[in-house]
Amino acid sequence: MNFNWTKKITLAAALLLASGLPGSIAEAAGSATLLNVSYDPTRELYQSENAAFIPYWQKQSGQAVVINQSHGGSGKQARAVIDGLEADVVTLALAYDIDAISDSKLLAANWQQKLPSNSTPYTSTIVFVVRKGNPKHIKAWDDLIKPGISVITPNPKTSGGARWNYLAAWGYKQKQSGSPAQAQAFVKSLYKNVPVLDTGARGSTITFAQRGLGDVLLAWENEAHLIQKEFGADKFEIVSPAVSILAEPPVAVVDKNVDKHGTRKLAEAYLNFLYTPQSQEIIAQNFYRPRNPAALKKYAANFPKIKLFTINEVFGNWRAAQKTHFNDGGIFDQIYTP
Amino acid sequence: MLKQTTQASPPVLKKRISDPRWVQILLIGLMLLFFTGFIFLPLALVFAQAFQKGWSFYLESIREPYAVEAIKLTLLTTAVVVPLNAVFGLSAAWAITKFNFAGKTALKSLLDLPFAVSPVIAGLIFVLLVGSRTPFGSWLGEHGIKIIFSTPGIIIATLFVTFPFVARELIPLMEAQGRDEEEAAVTLGARGWQIFGIITLPNIRLGLLYGMILCSARSIGEFGAVSVVSGHIRGQTNTIPLHVEILYSEYNFTASFAVASLLVFLALLTVVLKSSLEKQFQNNSLEH
Amino acid sequence: MMEFFQRKRRNILPGFGLSLGYTVFYLSAIVIVPLSMVLFNTIPMGWDSFFHAVTAPRVLASYKLSFSTAFFSAIFDALAGLLTAWVLVRYRFPGQAFLNALVDLPFALPTAVAGICFATLYSPIGWLGQLTAQRDLHIINTPTGIVLALIFIGFPFVVRTIQPVLEELELETEESAHSLGATRWQTFRKILLPHLFPALLTGTTLAFARAIGEYGSVIFIAGNLPMKTEIAPLMIMTKLDQFDYAGASAVALVLLLISFTMLLVLNAVQEWQQKEYR
Repeated sequence: MNFNWTKKITLAAALLLASGLPGSIAEAAGSATLLNVSYDPTRELYQSENAAFIPYWQKQSGQAVVINQSHGGSGKQARAVIDGLEADVVTLALAYDIDAISDSKLLAANWQQKLPSNSTPYTSTIVFVVRKGNPKHIKAWDDLIKPGISVITPNPKTSGGARWNYLAAWGYKQKQSGSPAQAQAFVKSLYKNVPVLDTGARGSTITFAQRGLGDVLLAWENEAHLIQKEFGADKFEIVSPAVSILAEPPVAVVDKNVDKHGTRKLAEAYLNFLYTPQSQEIIAQNFYRPRNPAALKKYAANFPKIKLFTINEVFGNWRAAQKTHFNDGGIFDQIYTP
Repeated sequence: MLKQTTQASPPVLKKRISDPRWVQILLIGLMLLFFTGFIFLPLALVFAQAFQKGWSFYLESIREPYAVEAIKLTLLTTAVVVPLNAVFGLSAAWAITKFNFAGKTALKSLLDLPFAVSPVIAGLIFVLLVGSRTPFGSWLGEHGIKIIFSTPGIIIATLFVTFPFVARELIPLMEAQGRDEEEAAVTLGARGWQIFGIITLPNIRLGLLYGMILCSARSIGEFGAVSVVSGHIRGQTNTIPLHVEILYSEYNFTASFAVASLLVFLALLTVVLKSSLEKQFQNNSLEH
Repeated sequence: MMEFFQRKRRNILPGFGLSLGYTVFYLSAIVIVPLSMVLFNTIPMGWDSFFHAVTAPRVLASYKLSFSTAFFSAIFDALAGLLTAWVLVRYRFPGQAFLNALVDLPFALPTAVAGICFATLYSPIGWLGQLTAQRDLHIINTPTGIVLALIFIGFPFVVRTIQPVLEELELETEESAHSLGATRWQTFRKILLPHLFPALLTGTTLAFARAIGEYGSVIFIAGNLPMKTEIAPLMIMTKLDQFDYAGASAVALVLLLISFTMLLVLNAVQEWQQKEYR
């Protein structure tokens, strides 16, 4: 018997050595690699973007490139980068998460000025998804707080998308009434109608679309279209409210990591590529609102006119919004304190 | 405690007295009811979803390159983790059951601790230990050694989570067996490794095997802790459970359950392996 | 108790230094040093903010939920586990080996998959959810749902700790009890149960401890509403997502201390019981 164990241990040790201690399973030799750390809903977008960028870069520089993707909740992804996940570029759900990375000195504090349009090559907004025929007649924000309406939205503490949902609701009421106190009351009654707070936007979508819970789902506009595509357009309808928030998911090069890897040129080209007309079309095809007016015009049918306000207009900036609303003891916590 | 070894009582003996037939049927029925709700239905759901789009889609899902990379990583992790924890389990069980020393109870409790630690914490501690925010982590980073968000991190987190399985299995067994046989061997002039190899190991091989099987089952399936230290890079740091989660959040439910069903097969395989080996052992010991 | 502090007689077996040394070394490297990071990250907080972090109403509500759901699931596991172990060891029927194999399923199935399965089964349009919804019984997004997921997670711990003890139990004692005229039930209560009790206690405690910390499977079925259906490990996660490493470590430390105390008490009780038997 002991014979067998020794054999097994030797085999395991050999395997460990063969794997090479620094993780290196899929690093193809001779080509450059780039790690894009992103949030959940962009999986499909970056699949198409990467497929377009690889030949583009080959033509530009003659270099073959492998792009590795990592997706997850925006906050978790930011934390992974802070803790040592060596992302070359980050493409996250909100500026606050990249601010947090810049606090740990991995990139410059003025990162958001480095690329055009606030470093956001695409924007989105928050819309409602309802069941076919809109049986509960949900048309506007005020319909969400009616008694008996069940609203599905993820947990703002753990999901970036959920924070945009919350801020959209708040901003709508504050702009309409001019009073933060009314906005707070509105948000409070909205969350009274929420039966479940999933930890991520995708979790909420599955709760709503797959498990049949709730009357309305608050979702990114791009996710709303994806739901129709994945779960059947005959099952769900998108309702665009008259007013909503301009969600700006930003992108940035992680300075310290690209300098270590020698991939600065590639990383910068990758992010700049997102602003090219070719890429902006891909963005529109994936139901994100492109910055490029031509692309926006071409796909105008997908993007109904919504009066959009920015986060800075209502909340100052992301750090302030985070501190007042979402940190421990903030307004979101107060909503649930009896 | 009882002093008896597994092989000492042939299976025939166990059948001699038993409960009345109606009690047997009632108890088996109750157990089946429990199994239906908690084991069969989830299992049926996994397979129903996995084969929703037919065999060819199933095969495609598990042969797709990212899935194959995930399977390789999981098998590598298990191959490293199980022997390491088995050696540790043997050493811990030997120290604890063959000797008396101060602090034994505390030591035993520490051995169990990883069972009771939330997987979230299990992942967090390694981030706190070797993450690049820490001095140790940044030193490692400067020397180009990657631990978390790469294979070694996944292995270490799995080592932690599956740490107690072998020891936990061996300690009660060796405690029950006592130390008389070994002491007799010493008196007869046997030396250290001889005693272990000739006396102890044959007595505990079933428990050892069993601990290793549980250890491998758990290391194949571990999700929470590994999720924290993995970094989720497709094709590089995704284990099977993480790959299942990724597919699921891509709304690719069928493929997700197809890969999940692989884990069920792996689990069943290990247990089939166990029972066939068990039979072999029993036959061997009856012949002697 | 004396045995604790001094070696009663000279032990002639070899390998004490080597085995204990290696055990302590490996234990430190894999468990103690990493776990101590939780403590080190909490210390800079200072007592006041530590106390504040771990006694906030939301955190207290989450402990309460985690402990009560873990408790009920462990009790259920104890009963179901004892039953299953008994049937698997003592009876012979077709398909038994297969059932025995399936006991380990909760170990092998990733917790996230288990959570997804339960959430799908009990959703209003799921196989079982349809039935319960008709009776206006809500399982998903309630503490009941959490208990169900935890029962699944903890089940093998109980079965697998009782099974070996039951297998090794000598039938002679039972038989002599039988020949002395004891009924089957009396034999079970007076002879078997006391023998099985330490293992049952161990298994149940392990299931309980594991249930307190469980995250992956619960998160899909819990609902995660603050003050109502938020489990303690989720509090750690939400603090981390605010980049509050110290706060997360503080909550983690509390959970760790509770788990460790529980295990310590369990092992001490067992030690004491074993001595009673000798």
